[in-house]
Amino acid sequence: MVESLRFRDAALAKRVVEKIRRLASKQETVKICHVCGTHEWTITHFGLRSLLPANVEVIAGPGCPVCIVPASEFDEAIQLALKGMVVACFGDVLRVPGSKMSLLDAKAEGADIRVVYGVGDAVKMAEKERNKEFVFFAVGFETTAPSTAVEVIKQPPENFSFLISHRLIPPAMKLLVEMEDLSLNGFIAPGHVSTIIGVKPYEIFPKRYRMPTVVAGFEPLDILFSVYMILKQLRMCKPRLENEYRRGVHSEGNVKAQELMREVFEVTDDNWRGLGIIPTSALRLREGYEKYDAHLKYGVEVEDSVDIQPGCKCHLVIIGKIRPTECPLFMRACNPQKPVGPCMVSSEGTCRIWARASKPA
Amino acid sequence: MLVHVSVIVMCLAIPAKVVNIKGDGARVDFGEGVLREVNVMLVDVKVGDYVLVHAGYAIQVLGKEEALETLRLWNEILDAAEA
Repeated sequence: MVESLRFRDAALAKRVVEKIRRLASKQETVKICHVCGTHEWTITHFGLRSLLPANVEVIAGPGCPVCIVPASEFDEAIQLALKGMVVACFGDVLRVPGSKMSLLDAKAEGADIRVVYGVGDAVKMAEKERNKEFVFFAVGFETTAPSTAVEVIKQPPENFSFLISHRLIPPAMKLLVEMEDLSLNGFIAPGHVSTIIGVKPYEIFPKRYRMPTVVAGFEPLDILFSVYMILKQLRMCKPRLENEYRRGVHSEGNVKAQELMREVFEVTDDNWRGLGIIPTSALRLREGYEKYDAHLKYGVEVEDSVDIQPGCKCHLVIIGKIRPTECPLFMRACNPQKPVGPCMVSSEGTCRIWARASKPA
Repeated sequence: MLVHVSVIVMCLAIPAKVVNIKGDGARVDFGEGVLREVNVMLVDVKVGDYVLVHAGYAIQVLGKEEALETLRLWNEILDAAEA
């Protein structure tokens, strides 16, 4: 029965918050990190931080796929557009600042930039307009990469290629856990990334780093229960990997999607905006599929890219080292109307989410 | 029987019901009259199933059993003795 599926039951929330408070009162300061823009949205939108005791902090890690793509890759997309290619992208990508301009600025200068719901829509456009060269700016974590893989396997028309900017979440979590000054005590692992990759890639966190790790869904109750599960593991000194989001994540993940990704992509080291090179954290097209690689096809070289604009603290916000409100530009020089850094643009960016929840300065 | 999993407005992947299937594509209903063609190559799906859709691609079939499992887990946690 529908009534029995109480995913937003206030009484349940009250009970779990009470349990969190009781458990937290027996513990020191606990810092839990999530790595998902949608988790941050749930936490901020529903005011979950205000329900947690003072010694339990939940911080936002690099969970916004648009925010962590380096400026050089935006610059390349912008240059391709200014050279006359049609650049198709997700809506979140449009206003993100490159080194000197955004794709939207390029559009204002006459470039043909098209916002699509998914890569399949861009392929359809290229099939209809054979006289134009199309480039899809493929941004996204493991949740999105399979859709790119599907279209590569289906062999898009010759006038279509991909600018691959996909990144992988577990290597970024490894970077965070190894940052001693972040002093993390637990991870809330991302729900829909895990829908694809399953839970196994997170096993190293409890095993090697003794870090409680809970895969969580996107309802406020999912987050609250995952916080409780982490606190309980800490209390019992038994860090392990748990899956709170079983309705959306099977342990093995989406095997079909994983096979397609393995067929099409190879894993490589690559740069993350503001974070530098993270080993084995990115995807590129395998041998045999290079003809679909816009980077190789057009050979556009980008020089002197600027990831972080003067004064911008996105590189610290992205790893949860500071809160958006600790950035001097937040809601002053940098706001949703005139973003300085990428975190203020995407609906998954921490600054953008906090801006939406805050009153204008 | 309807399996209703709440939708967060800007959620990365949102649930929809499969209305019909044609090859690799399916028409899905996101509720409130929002219908769209999505790609179903990544899942084994049949008409009437609920799927999680991300950027035009179904990435997971949602089962009622799994939905109930979450609620069971929550209740187990609430009923468990304090650590």
